[in-house]
Amino acid sequence: MSVILYLSDIIIPLIILCLIVNGLLMKLDIFSIFLDGAKEGLGIAVHILPTLIGLLTAIGVMKASHIFDMIGNILGPLLEWADLVPEVVTLMIVKLFSSSAATGMMLDIFTTYGVDSRYGLLSALMLSCTESCVYTMSVYFMAVKITDTRWTLAGALTATFAGMIASILLVGLM
Amino acid sequence: MNHLWGGMLILGVILGIIGGHITEVSTAFVDSAGDAVTYAIGMAGVVAMWNGMMKLAEAEGLLKKLTSAMKGVLDFLFPEIPENHPAREYIAINFAANILGLGWASTPAGLSAMKELEKLSSSKDKKNRRASKAMCTFLVINVSSLQLIPMTVIAHRSQAGAAVPTEIVAPAILATLASTAAGVVFVKIAGRLYR
Repeated sequence: MSVILYLSDIIIPLIILCLIVNGLLMKLDIFSIFLDGAKEGLGIAVHILPTLIGLLTAIGVMKASHIFDMIGNILGPLLEWADLVPEVVTLMIVKLFSSSAATGMMLDIFTTYGVDSRYGLLSALMLSCTESCVYTMSVYFMAVKITDTRWTLAGALTATFAGMIASILLVGLM
Repeated sequence: MNHLWGGMLILGVILGIIGGHITEVSTAFVDSAGDAVTYAIGMAGVVAMWNGMMKLAEAEGLLKKLTSAMKGVLDFLFPEIPENHPAREYIAINFAANILGLGWASTPAGLSAMKELEKLSSSKDKKNRRASKAMCTFLVINVSSLQLIPMTVIAHRSQAGAAVPTEIVAPAILATLASTAAGVVFVKIAGRLYR
């Protein structure tokens, strides 16, 4: 446990240290190279800001309309055979749209059912195994102004559902 | 993208009216737009910093090394990208950053990869603003998540008082493998069916 946490703390500083030392040894103009990249990075952030505004507004509106709870409540009883509660079903749907919204719901499930309960573990696993489908597709496709996404959504959903089914099966074994 | 975004907004507004949550919906329009800007400003710094570091890695020739280390994976998933094309380098760094869980480092590389892939698109795809096969593959793999250690979730579990916060590491790796495997199988089949 402590080794994993230590590794995750040290990895970013270590990568940066290697880049700097290596750059100095190669006698590169490291600061001006960094500045060029940082300037380009700021441009990227500005470039995707309108997409983020459009997307986060749509997600916020959907959350406020309680549609996610409604879907969870309708599908929840149907999925009882898999031993799921409506909250977990809602989380699965929200996760498709936004990871940060899903994180908030995971914390609610921790409080309601307990972090080490079946549902606590299940929600933690579901958040670990996929990225948000709508968020990823919007940011990347809108950056190059693609409107016809062909089979990306179908593929992304296939991967997401495979991860969710795997999570349900794995929690059963824990 | 038009149908997806439009559908989200239409559903939200109509259900808000029917369900009697229209005040919340109305507030959500104003608040979320503001939140998006706050979020993007926070992100701008990290994205700029990582992009600077990425340029440094490029100048030092490390991106070339990373790309050749990942040659097998890249050849398998993206046979249509020519050898030595910059798209390969950006995809390699995006995948590597994702595996390590450095989400912020993967975004600038991923966006550059999309720009390079667009240059490789056929003229027909370009004209119709249609995604190329490589773009679809790249995004499906990104959504399937490559992250090995789910650090954020572990941190939340630890904060919530879990007995062993890292207990989910092994099952999380297996679940991630399952979603990525499903994604890879899908892109291989879809890539053959729809040329």
